[in-house]
Formats: sequence, C-alpha cells, structure tokens
Amino acid sequence: MASSFPEEVLEHVFSFLISQKDRNAVSLVCRSWYEMERWCRKRIFVGNCYAVNPRVMSRRFPEVRAVYLKGKPHFADFNLVPDGWGGYVYPWIVEIARVYPWLEEIRLKRMVVSDECLEMIGKSFRSFKVLVLKACEGFSTDGLAAIAANCRNLRVLDLRECEVEELSGHWLSHFPDSFTSLECLNMACLSSEVSFSALERLVARSPNLKTLRLNRTIPLEKLSTLLQQAQQVVDFGAGSYSAEIRSDVYSSLADAFSRCKNLKSLSGFWDVTPAYLPAIFSVCSQLTSLNLSYATTQSPDLTKIVGQCYNLQRLVVLDYIEDTGLSTVSMTCKDLRELVVFPSDPYVADANVLLTEQGLVSVSQGCPKLHSVLYFCRRMSNSALISISQNRPNLTCFRLCIIEPRVPDYLTLEPLDAGFGSIVKNCKQLTRLSMSGLLTDRVFEYIGTHAKNLDMLSIAFAGDSDLGLHHVLSGCDNLRKLEIRDCPFGDKALLANASKLERMRSLWMSACFVSFGACKLLGQKMPGLNVEVIDERANVNSIPDYAPVEKVYIYRTVSGPRFDMPDFVRIMGKDKDGVNNLS
Amino acid sequence: MDLINFEATELRLGLPGSTDEQPEIKSITSVVSTNKRSSSEMGSSISDENDSSRSSPPTKAQVVGWPPVRSYRRNILQGKKSDQSETGSGIYVKVSMDGAPYLRKVDLKMYKGYEELMKGLQGMFKCIIGLYSEMEGYKSEYAPTYEDKDGDWMLVGDVPWDMFLTSCRRLRIMKSCDVIES
Repeated sequence: MASSFPEEVLEHVFSFLISQKDRNAVSLVCRSWYEMERWCRKRIFVGNCYAVNPRVMSRRFPEVRAVYLKGKPHFADFNLVPDGWGGYVYPWIVEIARVYPWLEEIRLKRMVVSDECLEMIGKSFRSFKVLVLKACEGFSTDGLAAIAANCRNLRVLDLRECEVEELSGHWLSHFPDSFTSLECLNMACLSSEVSFSALERLVARSPNLKTLRLNRTIPLEKLSTLLQQAQQVVDFGAGSYSAEIRSDVYSSLADAFSRCKNLKSLSGFWDVTPAYLPAIFSVCSQLTSLNLSYATTQSPDLTKIVGQCYNLQRLVVLDYIEDTGLSTVSMTCKDLRELVVFPSDPYVADANVLLTEQGLVSVSQGCPKLHSVLYFCRRMSNSALISISQNRPNLTCFRLCIIEPRVPDYLTLEPLDAGFGSIVKNCKQLTRLSMSGLLTDRVFEYIGTHAKNLDMLSIAFAGDSDLGLHHVLSGCDNLRKLEIRDCPFGDKALLANASKLERMRSLWMSACFVSFGACKLLGQKMPGLNVEVIDERANVNSIPDYAPVEKVYIYRTVSGPRFDMPDFVRIMGKDKDGVNNLS
Repeated sequence: MDLINFEATELRLGLPGSTDEQPEIKSITSVVSTNKRSSSEMGSSISDENDSSRSSPPTKAQVVGWPPVRSYRRNILQGKKSDQSETGSGIYVKVSMDGAPYLRKVDLKMYKGYEELMKGLQGMFKCIIGLYSEMEGYKSEYAPTYEDKDGDWMLVGDVPWDMFLTSCRRLRIMKSCDVIES
C-alpha cells in the first residue's frame, strides 16, 4: 500500500501534521513512512535534554528548522536543584550549528546557556529568527549583544524569567540601524538600564513589533513615547509604573494607551502609583491577558481594573486582589480560562490579606470556561474543593498551594483527601495537579483510581507510606512527570513499579526515604533509566546502602549516562562505559 | 490497611529468596554529619513527619523551596535588585572561585561567623584560605572577597559579621596574587 502512494503525496499529507505526537505515530507505521516523515520533520521538541544526545536527533532528522529543548527538572525553579547540576545546551548548539545551517528557531527552558553559545547562534544560522529563553541562566548581556549584532533576520528575542549577568545595558545598541524585522522583544527579567534612545529608535524602526515587554528600569514618564511609536503592539509590558503625580504625564500616557487598538495583553507594572492606573482603563475591555503580579496594588484599585475586563481570558495577580476582587472577576470575566494568584508575603504564617478559598470558589462558580488554576492561599476546606470540582468539571490544570505544609481542612480539621479526591473524580480531563495541605495515603488511592489523564503530578509533605506512591505509579496510566518532596515514600513502591518509570519522562524525589541501595539496584536493572543521586553531604561515600539519599532524579534515556555531572551527582548502577554494573 | 504483596514485585533489595528485612531507615537528619553544606532543607521536615500528630500544625521552620515561589518574585515587595535570594530565613549568595568551572551558592545564615564561613568555603572548593589578620589580610593562595551593596569589591573579614550579612551580595574567591593591596 505504501508503494502505491507517490512520495510527493505522502509528503504533502505529512506537512499537515504539526504535533510531534502525531508525527511519532506516523513514523511507526512502516519503514517507508518512517523515512518519509523523518526527511520532512521541521520542528523538534526534546522534553529532557539528557533523554537523547544531539547526534541521535541530527542523524534522524536532516531538515530541522526549529528546536525546543528543556533541561533542569521543574523543582529547579524552587532552588531544589543545586547549581552546577547540568542542563548545558552547549553540545546541542555545536551539533545544531554543524548540521542545520538553515535553523530558524531555538527555544530553551531551564538550561544553562553560555555567552559562547549565544555567539555561536549568532554566527551559525543565516536565517535565524526566533530565540526564546525561559528560566535559563549562564549568559551575560555580552551574549545578548552578540545576538543583536549578528542575527540580521531576528524576529523574536524573548527572555522570560532568566538569570542574566548584567555587565552593561549597551547590548541593545548592537542591533544595527538596518535591522527592522523585530516582532517580539521581552526583556522584562533584566534589571540593568538600557539606552532609552537606542530602545526608542529600535521600536520606531520595527513596524512588525507586536510584543514589547520592558524592564523595571524604564520609567513611567517614558512609556507614552514608546507607545506612540508602537501603536500596533498587541502584548505590552510596562516597566516601573510609578512617578510623581503630574497631569501632563498622566494624560499623555492615557492618550497613548487609548491609541493601541490592537493591545490585548498587559504585564509588568512594578512599583505601582495607583493614581496612574486609570490610564489603562481605555484598553481594559480589549484585554484577553492581564498580568499584575508585580503590582503591589491593593484590592480596590485592582477590582476597578478587572471590573472592566469583560474579555479577559487569563489573569495573573497577587493575593492583594482578595476575595472581593475575585468575586468581581467571577461576575465580569465570563471568558476567563486561566487564573493565577501569587502570594504577596509567602513567609508570613498569618494572612496579610483577605484572600481565602472563597475567592477561588466564586471564580469557579462564575467563570464557565475556567480550566487552569494556580492558587496560593492559607486555608482550604474539603467542601470548597468539592464545590470547585462540581462547578468546574472541565478543569485541566489544578495547582493549589496552601502556604503552610500539612494544614488540614480548616472547618473539620480532617485531611483534604476527600476534596482532592473529588477534584480527580469530577475533572476527568485533568492533566496537571499540584496538591498541598494535610493528605494521607487515601488521596493517592483516589488519584490512582480516577486520574487517568493525569500527565504531571506534584506532591509535597503528603502521604503516610509507600502505598501512596504505589497507588500513583500503578494507577495513573498517562503519568509522565512526577515530582515529590518531603514525603515518606521509599524503596518498596519505587522498585515495585520500576518498569513504569520507563514509560515516564522523569521522577524527582527529594527528602523522602529512597535508599542508596535501591537507587543502585534500579540503575543496574533498568538500562533505559538514568538514576541520578544528588547528594551534597561531605561524607557521602561512607553512607551505608540502607540510608536515604538527599535527592534522586530518575529519567528515561536512550543515550545512557551523561558525563557532564558535578561531583555531587552520581549516576547509580552503571560503570564508566555506561554498562550496567551488576556487581 | 493491608499492604499489597510486595514480594510479587519485580525488584527488591537483597538476594532472591531472602526476606526483605532491612534495618529501620533512619530519618535523614540522623545520618547527616556536621560537614554538610546546608542542612536547612533536611531541617524539620522529616523529623516532623515522624513525631507530629495529625491535628497539630508543624513547627514554623523555614524550608528550602517552600512555598514554591520563584526567587525573583520574592524580591518584589522589597523593591530592590539583589543577588541574595531569600528562602525564608536563608540568605543565599553566589560564590565563584577563580579557575573553578561553575559557581556555587551558600546560605550565609548557616554560619555563625567568618571562621565557619571560611571552613565551609574551603570544604566546598577544596582550597586553603587560612586565617585572617587585620594587618596582612589572608596569607595563603586564595583570598575571599565580596561585592557589597554599593557594588564595590571588599576583602572578607573587615566588618562585623552582622554587617557583612546585610551587605554581602556575592562572594568571589580570588587568587591572592590578583588582589591589589590598597
């Protein structure tokens, strides 16, 4: 059958397949489809940079135009992965530069990117268009200067939440005067001042600029100047939104915002002077995305804003919004899909704001399209969670962080098993779940039984025994990422479900009861897994096999053990040549 | 609640046919030696699990990485750029050493004074820093320096420890020959 279809037809059909999952499926049909597909795959996604080495990618896919790599595990965001662990993109850049001269896009998440890498990117790819670095580190503004100076066709420079060594603000001035193709510039994570005139000229000569996210050093007084030059902007991030109250500054700012007819997304807003907030009122009804999570504005001002955002789909805000503000959201933002509420003062045990579980319940009641939640609060009840699950069976992502660990239902003092159980029972499309509060093994039984679509699960300070972990590993058929900290889970459940680990991307366990011996055994018996023990204790070599490790990170790989580890990372059960050490 | 029959498992510790007897796994805190670089993560979390009852809330120990908020968000309220990432009670600063391939991070709050800090750094980088004297600085191959709030590079040890804690933004262990005497 395969030979009766001309190649050109197949190639044309395959060109409509975008998702990697579909392409992977297609490539398994038969050898000729495999060959056909690999020659026309343009976009590669590698969810764990150590699962495969760059050569495997370049040998199989000769025509790649876009690469997306992820490095460190998610818990690196919270300082649980020590510096120096790994995630270096350098070997990938070397191979990509060697094989794909026509590469256009590089996206990296949680990787270590050196200036040398950025220089290589700048010099190696003639058609380079898109650079997105999310939560990356290891580079300085010199590297950015190299990108600016060399990438003549750059469209996107998006630095999200990166840790950049800021040597100077002059990097921006390296974009040549002839450079006019910029569509997206996100420098919100930088803290050094750039030359404002260079920025202004850059904006003025970029007619396709749709996204402009400034950093905190750009003062409010200068915003109207920039906005006048970029009235076509769709996604705008203000800098520091504070200034002396002056009516001329206010009116030119309000006027500038009102001219941005395409503006759909607002963010930034550090250090807000409330009197300047009404300047954005004219665009509120246009907004589909609003991120005020840096704005230390109080509830009344926040409420006035969200009360006008009839078309809002995504809201990210601090808990200053309080239950009253969320009640307004529930009545106004009928198109809301995603809600994120961050804590303003996470290290204070007592609530500094009037934000409770009620805010989340009201939004779940009023917003029928709400499917994604990240919510930090200080108390929760089973009845609230049950209500939320009944209101919103369409939830796909539910991440609840009760700030104090192991806090029970504040009404009944019982564990929150029933509440989270209701979430997984009712929300059948749930793919991501993070839990907190007091939880016993029972909640894991519910999860293993009901959460059949769960892809990623985050657990902290929960459970009573290995049974909890066993329920999750044996029950959650689609689980790919599991991250656990400070839970009494140990060897039994891990070893009993060893083969499951090869069907997952990764498992992280820290401050649990997994022993050195179990890690060695797992590494020896499972050739498709790297079992990395991360342990910084000085006497780690004399710790007995039955003692628990500090942290273990287990991931499947086709490329065997890596060799770029620091001394506090050991890959267990394999000798230097990557052969399973069965002795 | 009956445990599932784990003997039917694929893998377990010990020889086939032997029973799964292991010595009781001690909590992590009890096997940690005092050489440990940072014990705040191990702190109260495991021992709390062992002895706290269900209904009483845990002690108010600050735990690394909890609540799960990224470090750049923590500095919002303080309104300052800082190389210090506060994790509750900890003050983490980056430490570089000339010639070392990557940086480390230390929690300054883990040390009671300069002597402990030097011991910690020496252990981490496997170098000799030695003792400090007011007249002569450090008489060894390496000299510890730090960047203060004003962005100036200072020799570690001149100011009282508490003052150092609030003003130190990052550490750099320099080769003594590169330190310019002023």
